Amino acid sequence: MNEAPRFEQDKCNGCRLCVSVCMHGGFVLKGDYVEMNTEAECDWCQDCEMVCPTGAISFPFEVVEEES
Amino acid sequence: MEGEPAEALFFIASGAVKVFKTSAEGKEQILSIVRPGESFNDISVFDGGMNPASAQAMGEVFLHGIAREEVHDLLKNHPEVAVNVVKVMAQRVRELVSLVEDLSFRHVISRVAKILLEYVSDRSDPRPRLTQQEIAAMAGTAREVVGRSLKSLEESGVIRLESHRVVISNKDALRQMVAEPA
Repeated sequence: MNEAPRFEQDKCNGCRLCVSVCMHGGFVLKGDYVEMNTEAECDWCQDCEMVCPTGAISFPFEVVEEES
Repeated sequence: MEGEPAEALFFIASGAVKVFKTSAEGKEQILSIVRPGESFNDISVFDGGMNPASAQAMGEVFLHGIAREEVHDLLKNHPEVAVNVVKVMAQRVRELVSLVEDLSFRHVISRVAKILLEYVSDRSDPRPRLTQQEIAAMAGTAREVVGRSLKSLEESGVIRLESHRVVISNKDALRQMVAEPA
């Protein structure tokens, strides 16, 4: 399974844009709150990060040099 | 947290901590990312004032803390420690001068290139993983601008964007972008 994005619940304003944009059901509504669906297969498209107005979703990456 | 007193000086054993300022509009400017062996909270521990910036763990972090009073005793009784503290504070000033220079005189793409070069990981020297938002907060710009800069660097053949990592494919070209005057 691909690694899930980082989701900071305290920054989430419950706008649900991530729920509607994720093709894999990576985010689900729990009452007024959004939670991550840890069973979802994230394909790292980063659309949820792009639509999130509060910066609650992010994709940590490492920087490496090409191996020669 | 910014505006609060600091009761202790913290040293990082593992993980990383970002030190940042937040504007009234909620915009974040990262001042430094503190890594193992380095400390934070120093300014307010040494001058007794309020913290000028906030600190937040970037993932799991293991810290050692020394209470402010104990730090003062340590400095009085061990001049060699005090000399090292002066060196560390001088390094901090250098880093902040460099940040002012970057924010004032560098184009965004050059700032992003510089950050990528500073955060290259290898097996002997692992660096913290970054998000586009964190790069934006270091470079003093918006996340969308960082996204466009990374795309532009990829189109130039300097880096390759993969899931979970940015691969630097032409380090010399990236260095050249940093060296060129704005």
